[in-house]
Amino acid sequence: MNQRKRIHEGDRASIMLKEISALVDGHIRLMEVCGTHTVSIFRSGIRSLLPKGLELISGPGCPVCVTPVGEIDRAIALAQIQDVTLLTFGDLMRVPGTSSSLNQERAVGRDIRVVTSPLDALEIAQGEPQRRIIFFAVGFETTSPAIAAAVREARRKRIANLYLLCSQRLIPPAIRALLSSRSVKIDGFILPGHVSVIIGKTPYSFIAREFSLMGVITGFEALDILEGVYMLLRQKKEGRSEIEVQYTRVVKEEGNRLALEIMEEVFEPFDARWRGLGVIPESGLTLREEFKEMDAALVFDIPYEDRKDPPGCLCGQILQGLKRPLDCPLFDTRCTPENPVGPCMVSSEGSCAAFHKYGAST
Amino acid sequence: MKQSKILLAHGAGGKLSHDLVKELFLPFLENDILCTLDDSAIIPTEGPRLAFTTDSYVVKPLFFPGGDIGRLSICGTVNDLAMAGAAPLGISASFILEEGFPTQELERIIVSIQQAAREAGVMVVAGDTKVVERGAAEGLFITTSGVGIIREGVEIAGSHALPGDSVIINGPIGDHEAGVLLARGEFSLKGEIESDCAPLSGLVQAMLDACSDIHVLRDPTRGGLATVLWEIANASKVGVIVEEERIKVKTEVRGMCDLLGFDPYYLANEGKLVAFVPQQEAERVLDAMKADPLGRESAVVGRVVDENPGKVLLKTRIGGHRLLEPLSGEQFPRIC
Repeated sequence: MNQRKRIHEGDRASIMLKEISALVDGHIRLMEVCGTHTVSIFRSGIRSLLPKGLELISGPGCPVCVTPVGEIDRAIALAQIQDVTLLTFGDLMRVPGTSSSLNQERAVGRDIRVVTSPLDALEIAQGEPQRRIIFFAVGFETTSPAIAAAVREARRKRIANLYLLCSQRLIPPAIRALLSSRSVKIDGFILPGHVSVIIGKTPYSFIAREFSLMGVITGFEALDILEGVYMLLRQKKEGRSEIEVQYTRVVKEEGNRLALEIMEEVFEPFDARWRGLGVIPESGLTLREEFKEMDAALVFDIPYEDRKDPPGCLCGQILQGLKRPLDCPLFDTRCTPENPVGPCMVSSEGSCAAFHKYGAST
Repeated sequence: MKQSKILLAHGAGGKLSHDLVKELFLPFLENDILCTLDDSAIIPTEGPRLAFTTDSYVVKPLFFPGGDIGRLSICGTVNDLAMAGAAPLGISASFILEEGFPTQELERIIVSIQQAAREAGVMVVAGDTKVVERGAAEGLFITTSGVGIIREGVEIAGSHALPGDSVIINGPIGDHEAGVLLARGEFSLKGEIESDCAPLSGLVQAMLDACSDIHVLRDPTRGGLATVLWEIANASKVGVIVEEERIKVKTEVRGMCDLLGFDPYYLANEGKLVAFVPQQEAERVLDAMKADPLGRESAVVGRVVDENPGKVLLKTRIGGHRLLEPLSGEQFPRIC
């Protein structure tokens, strides 16, 4: 049964690839905004199948990659406070800060633990009331509703020892910033399907309206991505610039109202700094006034300080699609997954890590 | 060594483990036998050649669906012997016990060792126990060593793959690591995946009965299938092409990988082997494998080529291709 489905998949892919080839005329650059797409494109070998004139470039949609050095340093500073336990997603452990990393801090005895869900933070805070638990909240619209739910639950259960280092970011403002800077030439966007499960389609309408560009909200299977590419090329051929949904089996136009409401209740947007992209208006989420007593940066008084990116590291430009990992002189020389210099080599969704792992030749 | 301290990733079986052995151990302990870096050392004697191997087991949790640290410690060592084509002669088992460890659990583990040894047709012929103070070990660590005999005419090594060889695997990959990770309960995921932990000595002897000219055998433990194929491609200076469509991965393992962003080609197995055999012998070997309970799902998954020596190419389901590089930089928790 499974076997049959997969053979079918190969057939469908080759039909779609033929149609894609027929639509490519001249040089076309599409940006896959999200790291999950980047990895899926590599894994399925899509890059090796696309016609020459069609270029896929990776965008800023890797939450670990866009977290600036200053934020890593802030997490390290928090972890150094007595009685503090810092909880983080795994990939952040190895991102170099200015002079240390969370991994190195753990090796010298700080209590830093890897969790996979914000709800783990709740459990840990409840189980260890004598410790102050700080959750390093990193992620896009996909993780923020769960973080908001954890915050609300902590409030309901009167858990007083749980704090957030808010470093969540929003995708549409980043795309707007990329387009406004006009530094990178993009014909259209492969937009992340899972983000739109939460936010729907409307937040992207400015791409078509203000910049006359196209976008397709796309799923993560190989065939989804091929179909997304095909839909973008169709638009170009027909002279349209619209936001369309390929991932219709899960994405609703209006998104997930419940998730949006809980995010809105707990968080408000603020002007956040992104690695490579600088400060982008209303592109981050921070706790609303009513929840400020859980804001680790305020409670422990560790304000954000700007820090320089590691010298020579091109992550900032790679995240904007201005450079490719192979353009970086550190790629696979000084910067490897074992000894990463920049976050794009650390995160499993980073484009340098993907280039390294799946082979630059493909 | 680049790093001044040992990191968890040095034990993950990937690039860092490789570097650790090459940069720190080999410069001091180098000799012709050790330097092959095969699963077992092959020691020439006046009589039959002996295969000798040793391995430590630090899995967490100690008990998991499909096995426990005891079963693992027998299967792992028996399989390392089997990958040299050796039939196991005897095994030693050495225990480091943490003060306070429940004897009832220890008994369960020893019974499981007995059972696995029986399945493998081998006896535990020597042993040792040490107890360390609470906190100095996590429950229980086991080290086993094994000796086996290699029959006349069998010449198996990681460096013996030849262009034209067929690549065979004895079933779906990733079950062990997926099962252990799930059993750790760290991912808030429900469900159970059974480890494939099993002794492969019987299967290998059946394969050798069908064809004594097997070129390479490897068990894809830490680092998974991708790392093992890469090691063979490099040791033999050949290219390897495998097809995604032919490599089985159970639906639940694939589902877990999708959720966590893991790649099944890098997950550890404890009851799987990869065989490189001359193409004209492949059918015969495959038939012998399918007749064994541990080989029922065996399949040819790829072939060896002249081109791109040292590289492993995966043909994807949609007809594209990508390289399979060795496991690198990832820090998987302790799984074996």
